[in-house]
Amino acid sequence: MNVLIDRFDVFAGGFWLTFQICLLAAIGALILGAVVAVLRISPVPPLRAVGTAYVTVFRNMPLTVVMFFAAFGLPALGSNADFLRIPLLDQVFSRLGADLPYFRFALIALVLYTAAFVCEALRSGVNAVPPGQAEAARSLGLTFGQNLRHVVLPQSWKASVVPLGSVIIAMIKNSALVGFFGVAGDLSQSADQLTSAEGYAFIPVAIGISIGYLIMTVPLGALLDRLEKRQAVAR
Amino acid sequence: MSQQTSVLYDVPGPRQRRITLISSILAALLVVVGGYFLIYRPLDDNGQFSMDLWGPLVDPSNENFALVWERIGVGFGNTLIAAALAIGASLVVGTLLAVLRIQLRSLTARRFTGLATPLAYLLRGLSTLLAVVTRVCVEVFRGLPVVLTIFFVARGFPEFGISFDTLWYLVIGLTVYNSVVIAEILRSGMEGLPGGQAEAAAAVGLSPLQTTRLILLPQAFRIMLPALISQLVVVLKDTSLGFIISYEETLNIGKQIIGALGNPIQTYLIIGVLFIVVNYSLSKLAQYVQHRLARGRKTAGTPAQNPPPAALTAQAEGAGGI
Repeated sequence: MNVLIDRFDVFAGGFWLTFQICLLAAIGALILGAVVAVLRISPVPPLRAVGTAYVTVFRNMPLTVVMFFAAFGLPALGSNADFLRIPLLDQVFSRLGADLPYFRFALIALVLYTAAFVCEALRSGVNAVPPGQAEAARSLGLTFGQNLRHVVLPQSWKASVVPLGSVIIAMIKNSALVGFFGVAGDLSQSADQLTSAEGYAFIPVAIGISIGYLIMTVPLGALLDRLEKRQAVAR
Repeated sequence: MSQQTSVLYDVPGPRQRRITLISSILAALLVVVGGYFLIYRPLDDNGQFSMDLWGPLVDPSNENFALVWERIGVGFGNTLIAAALAIGASLVVGTLLAVLRIQLRSLTARRFTGLATPLAYLLRGLSTLLAVVTRVCVEVFRGLPVVLTIFFVARGFPEFGISFDTLWYLVIGLTVYNSVVIAEILRSGMEGLPGGQAEAAAAVGLSPLQTTRLILLPQAFRIMLPALISQLVVVLKDTSLGFIISYEETLNIGKQIIGALGNPIQTYLIIGVLFIVVNYSLSKLAQYVQHRLARGRKTAGTPAQNPPPAALTAQAEGAGGI
């Protein structure tokens, strides 16, 4: 069990990096997912088609393939995803500004993939609002944008918070994949590094890595359970 | 859904439709021009559209065409084999786990009154302990990334001197995760059933195990079928993680093809399309099943009194399947 104490810095560093990528990807996916959700319910047919196509493509492709696309496709387009080197952010999230682009590629893949699920979670919330609400808003003369902003979205938020939470939990778990795509030093890559290259015993490393993920997923899951129970009572 | 979304806005009139048409033509033009300069030109400059790279994948007269597609076929076959085994195993293990958890729950409520006091306390303690242990196992395996369970299985088993084919590592890793998820789906399905079902079963003299097996489980399967099918889509997608432990599935074959021909973008495009087609048909199947179930339930006249948790129904409606 010594590895847990001796190499605590590796575990802590891995946790911090995984946490960083999860936080950034969650923010990105929530924004992009909200945009796609608005596209999918918008009054303009071509925009709806774009939103539907996006969701169909990214929901049915394994994340692995999306990651490969980001890792091979972006360099072929001549881009190292430098637009993600946002001046102030890369002070805090140092990997954003790193010369090796894999962190940024992995981030883009994770955001693109998760946004499709975020969109579906938001849309299921919008669908849960009783139709009479939107009809009443329309009969008052509110436009589509006003309708969403003042009437539908505030109510749909309640119904979509639990599905959104499960999407975020799934995203945290999916982020384990980035370690196998060239992002050095995250939790899953540390597991590989410690066991195969540095020859530490397998079980303690596995326990340490597992704790790292469980710290993020289990409390979030418990919180969601509580929210769900409370909503069930309120309904 | 269609009636839901159209509720948000008025049906567009002629003027609105004209504006929509014109602006979408303009936007399409913009996209085409942008796509040409930002995507087509850089790719073309790199020679990504040359027949050297595409030929083996799309041109039947190419010398490598037959071989490449044979390999992709082998890889996809392996993907399907692993997915089928993992799905079968997780359904069996997941069902057992769900039944076990329901049984333990009723066991912890029992007070063992016919027995001597110390023995009764011992049994009660034991059943509580078992319930807690299964609960912790479920929480842990549900919270771990499936990549890591596969990785741990492939690394951990050889440590104990047990080694199989990589196929079995992948199947075991996928099963550990998905059986727990399926168990939770089934359990919440059973707990969402109207209480009268279990009470009636007890009243006609069925034992708790019989109640679960004959009354609760079949209904839970029925209600949760859409969620179960979308979990199957997840399993199929997760099979692609087999490339981490170098199981010869579609992506791994893709890697070999790329190693030989040097055309990553083209190969991954084809593989992506393959996955999309298969998974899209599966999710359509899930939707179809759900519609049929909804119709069947209406005619049978037995509304679900306690609907299953929102997260799970949302999953069935298509938010899940991650």
